[in-house]
Amino acid sequence: MKYVDEFRDRDHAETLAKAITATATKPWTIMEVCGGQTHSIVRFGLDELLPKTVTLVHGPGCPVCVTPVALIDQAIRLASIPRVTLCTFGDMLRVPGSRQDLFAAKAGGGDVRIIYSPLDALRLAQALPNREIVCFAVGFETTAPAFAMAVQQAQSTGIKNFSLLVAHVLVPPAMEAMLSAPGCRVQGFLAAGHVCTVMGYEEYEPLAARYRVPIVVTGFEPVDILEGVLMAVAQLEEGRAVVENQYARSVHRLGNRQAQALVAAVFAPASRAWRGIGAIPLSGLTLNLTYAKFDAALRFQKELGDCDTEGIEDSTCQSGLILQGLCKPTDCEAFGTRCTPERPLGAPMVSSEGACAAYYRYRGHAMHEK
Amino acid sequence: MTYHKPVEPACPLPKMQGDTVQLAHGGGGRLMQNLIRDVFVRSFGDPLSTHLHDGATWPVSEGTVAFTTDSYVVQPLCFPGGDIGSLAVHGTVNDLAMCGARPLWLSAGFILEEGLSIATLQRVVDSMAQAARDAGVSIVTGDTKVVDKGKGDGIFINTAGIGVVPAGVIVGPRRIRPGDAILVSGDLGSHGIAVLSMREGLALAGNIVSDSAPVHRVVADLLAHDIEIHCLRDLTRGGLASALNEIAAVAGVGISVDERRIPVRDEVRGACELLGLDPLYVANEGRFAAFIPEAQAARAVAIMRGHGVANAAVRIGGVMGHESSGVVLKTVLGTHRVLDLLLGEQLPRIC
Repeated sequence: MKYVDEFRDRDHAETLAKAITATATKPWTIMEVCGGQTHSIVRFGLDELLPKTVTLVHGPGCPVCVTPVALIDQAIRLASIPRVTLCTFGDMLRVPGSRQDLFAAKAGGGDVRIIYSPLDALRLAQALPNREIVCFAVGFETTAPAFAMAVQQAQSTGIKNFSLLVAHVLVPPAMEAMLSAPGCRVQGFLAAGHVCTVMGYEEYEPLAARYRVPIVVTGFEPVDILEGVLMAVAQLEEGRAVVENQYARSVHRLGNRQAQALVAAVFAPASRAWRGIGAIPLSGLTLNLTYAKFDAALRFQKELGDCDTEGIEDSTCQSGLILQGLCKPTDCEAFGTRCTPERPLGAPMVSSEGACAAYYRYRGHAMHEK
Repeated sequence: MTYHKPVEPACPLPKMQGDTVQLAHGGGGRLMQNLIRDVFVRSFGDPLSTHLHDGATWPVSEGTVAFTTDSYVVQPLCFPGGDIGSLAVHGTVNDLAMCGARPLWLSAGFILEEGLSIATLQRVVDSMAQAARDAGVSIVTGDTKVVDKGKGDGIFINTAGIGVVPAGVIVGPRRIRPGDAILVSGDLGSHGIAVLSMREGLALAGNIVSDSAPVHRVVADLLAHDIEIHCLRDLTRGGLASALNEIAAVAGVGISVDERRIPVRDEVRGACELLGLDPLYVANEGRFAAFIPEAQAARAVAIMRGHGVANAAVRIGGVMGHESSGVVLKTVLGTHRVLDLLLGEQLPRIC
């Protein structure tokens, strides 16, 4: 299959792995930011190909994983309102809230529907004019333009029974929070290719300069990731720290200006809590004043009034450390024992981009006993 | 033989009172008699079912009787390459084939939702009858119930099937031996993706058609050529990965398969990449895995390829010793990973 097979080519991958081995003379720790990259690494066993000198640690780039418990609780509460239909991407359903998940809310009679695009939810709002359609807006900069477009279309076509529960987060503030934290062990980043497709990589340049850290915009296929690692290792060995673009077939320095304009027209930056990590200033999006009437948190303020604003997280779950690359899923004592996809303690075990889910699915549960 | 026969939209309508199914059609009275006569008997047309008793009787020959049942609730009722009617025949015929049996008789139980159009029912029943004729099986008994509007999803069908396993043939996971070759009968994932794309209204590039088809003649041919079939498994819900995991657990062995050898059409791979699904977990309705002694594997592949429904048959891996367990996948890069059971259905990913 074109655009896939050439990036999964065994010979090319082995050549790159050899080049990494030849280049790395010292131990280096590199973080892949995006959960999609984490899954590729574990699914294709890329770490088997890497030399011992290069350690990959997994980053916070799983939007499902970092959505705070309090917001999941709010989504569950909204789903329990008889006149509300809650639309969500499929992988939010199993993420545990304080007491239950959206699957349980659905089984309990809530109208919860899986969508593939925010525009599906908008069409549902048109088809069901007597119901309130609330769309759980989860994601990084990648999915924000589609939600912005849905809101603009709702506005222009006069659809009033549509709103968003916004949980959008932004990547650069999270990278900066990690870099400025004491004990940060990340020496180089593979930045998330899809996020940069929308946003470009201009905004990463000050980060690379300020924290003296190489940042390589990287794709998601095995050859992409190995090439990204090679570029980062080469920079580290040469003492350089700049932004480079491995994923040039998708990403331009300035990104997709139209998509950015759409996001800027509908959303405004806001501080947001990240599950397991805590509050990060200006690390999320909220609907701006023009579109605030589409904000489900405001529209259903009364019904959400007594929803716990903190949320209750399992205290043994190490997802915060895992999402910051401070430990691996298999370092967690609950991994594969108390925490499984059937009974997850934290979101990374159930999200399709979660690091724990990747290890459980592709490495097997026995890994923990190793 | 054409397996992917499209449903004819212009089938003649029966002379019925009204054009939708009513609750009274399941009430045991005249309307129900009319429905049975004008829709079911008219299409299934088997001499036994014209008796309209509560059951059918048939003499048995030598061998062992195989008996299976399955229910079909697919939405949409019609999808590229089939419909709930043909699926209800193929699924149960294949379940029997996986026991090494020659499928003979099916029952057909219908649960109809009030308000269903008779024309839709007729299309499904006609398609079911055609599928049964193509597979050489008879639908010999049936039942119809009608539920209130909103309590069903148009049509649910249950089919039970009876077949005869030839004397001396024993097929099952416990016969699997270390060193056995694992074959699949064709490319994977088309059925699940065809249904999903139809259900979700996804406009996917390429024409992805369900693989729904009866495979019993392939099995019969393998047996006729003295292939020592150790185990067969149709790759329905949960796909290849789930089937291999179940078999490895029951047989107490480890299984190793090579990702590069597993056939998946580019259109299906593309759709799976887009939706975040793994084709190895996607349902098939006309594909199976066969566990065969290594020495007979090449010959078995050649025999399978002689059949239209298995013309892409290929060896994908082998059975490891009893000291190993689970399923290991050799990736396209030559690295290894576990091919695990999923918790439930695959959920499309976020971005």
